Amino acid sequence: MTSHGPSLRTAEMEPDELLQPDRAQAPVPPPAASRRAVAPAITPLVPAKPGLSVRLEKLRAFYGSSEQVKGVDLDFRANEVTAIIGPSGCGKSTMVRCINRMHEEIPGARAEGRVLLDDLDVYDSAVDVVAVRRAIGMVFQKPNPFPTMSIFDNVASGLRLSSRGRGDLRPKVETALRGAGLWEEVSGRLQEPGAGLSGGQQQRLCIARSLAVNPKVILMDEPCSALDPIATLKIEELIAELKKSVTIVIVTHNMQQAARVADRTAFMLSGQLVEVGPTGEIFTAPSDPRTEEYVTGKFG
Amino acid sequence: MSTPGSEAERLARFNVSPARRRKDAIARGAILAATVVALIPLVLIVYYLLIKGLGSWSVSFFTTDPTGNTFFKNSSIGGIKSAILGTIEIVALASAIAVPIGIAVAVWLVEYGKGSWFAQLVRFFVDVLTGVPSIVFGLFIYIVLIVGTGSTFAGYKGSLALSLLMLPVVIRSAEVILLLVPGALRESALALGAPRWRVIFSIVLPTALPGMVTGVLLAIARAAGETAPLLFTAAATNATSFNLGQFMNSLPVQIYSDVTSPTTAVVNRAWGAALTLVVMILLLNLIARLIARRSRLA
Repeated sequence: MTSHGPSLRTAEMEPDELLQPDRAQAPVPPPAASRRAVAPAITPLVPAKPGLSVRLEKLRAFYGSSEQVKGVDLDFRANEVTAIIGPSGCGKSTMVRCINRMHEEIPGARAEGRVLLDDLDVYDSAVDVVAVRRAIGMVFQKPNPFPTMSIFDNVASGLRLSSRGRGDLRPKVETALRGAGLWEEVSGRLQEPGAGLSGGQQQRLCIARSLAVNPKVILMDEPCSALDPIATLKIEELIAELKKSVTIVIVTHNMQQAARVADRTAFMLSGQLVEVGPTGEIFTAPSDPRTEEYVTGKFG
Repeated sequence: MSTPGSEAERLARFNVSPARRRKDAIARGAILAATVVALIPLVLIVYYLLIKGLGSWSVSFFTTDPTGNTFFKNSSIGGIKSAILGTIEIVALASAIAVPIGIAVAVWLVEYGKGSWFAQLVRFFVDVLTGVPSIVFGLFIYIVLIVGTGSTFAGYKGSLALSLLMLPVVIRSAEVILLLVPGALRESALALGAPRWRVIFSIVLPTALPGMVTGVLLAIARAAGETAPLLFTAAATNATSFNLGQFMNSLPVQIYSDVTSPTTAVVNRAWGAALTLVVMILLLNLIARLIARRSRLA
């Protein structure tokens, strides 16, 4: 891809259009298909919309004077799943929250270093933080659908909240719900409150909500830690499907989960990156003894 | 941990000793007694209001203005129409002033000011304002808008005094409710790429709405029952007025002036007016509770 650096600087435009000038050439669904169904079939987000890579350079994050992330250099490759593992309090979540600049929402928190989305430094003073967050979606630990909104409105909320909610949102909502593997379960009750779904469904609703704004990267901060094993399995299957269209960074406490879903795994300890590599290698033949101790359960 | 002992000994540990039973009975009795003592005045107030107030209720009681006659037995003393309408008008204007400002202050405190020194200062002054006796608000408006401008009493000046009284109540209740809105909701909206003002208007305020309505209605109920801020701001009058720039009657002031009358019928009108005021506030509280029941937060 060519440089799309300046594009995020124009907040009014859709990041999708900005980041993908070649979208006009994206395959158009055959007319026969569009006549049969209102919305496109199950191919939700085709590989024609790839994710973007993220690179951290000397990233340091602070809460007041306490340094939680102490200079991390790390690459998240496009359209791969990268898991971040490490004991509680090692700075995994803080690091991930720096990527879409959510870290700075906490009073007294700040970050140093560079976070490159493709080749754009998201901390550049000319970059609009709102545009960064549209390009880099986030799914949180606890499912948190907006309680005043229906299932439909929850998915549409990202579009509406960023002033792109004009026109018919139904196709976009359906695409996002299909992308999150929730369409079959909720298509008949889109107007019911989102809070009425089960925990696993709520989390997939939150994934659909972030998919609806067409992000290039999705950050998942322990997305399954509040879910039962069956709901967890569904999310994991979904992650495997989603990486065709977005880059995924997943923080997890569950090492089996990292082993199941991640292409690459990074191990963090007290604010520093200890090791990163292909998931199989990290779990079977880590090069750092601390990684080995952690993945074999000697501490953490 | 396992200390050896007979089966009977092990079971005996689950028996409550007579001393503990006695203590329990005394404590329960004391709490019950305190509840009953607290209920006595409440029940008596409602009882007297009903006994004394219902007697003066009639259709003409609600549909006629007070005549001003308090001495001549053969002519009518009139009803309380101007007082009911005056209270509604004055309190409506007071709410229109205090509610938007109060909610704006609460939103600022919760979403922007947070723990800053200025926010702490605002909170401190709001707390001080909560403790100010209501008559002081009346005096303040009297000095500034009546003595200060050399003008006369007016309904809107009463509204201003009441809005000052309502403001801290609205701010504090709205702040508490806004703090109840989970931070995770704000975060997920921000993470979707929503500007902060949209997060506040589309997520935070709708989520907090039912709880805030309850707080606002309680503030309105409190303001509707206040006499002191109205005495030297809106004054007392007989005629119904729909002009907030004129003298305006109100239920608390009507009660205040009627109850000191030597004429029994006029004192009874005070009871009728008091019952009317209580019923109006009760209805408002009922609405508040119905809305609170629908709330997902409160």
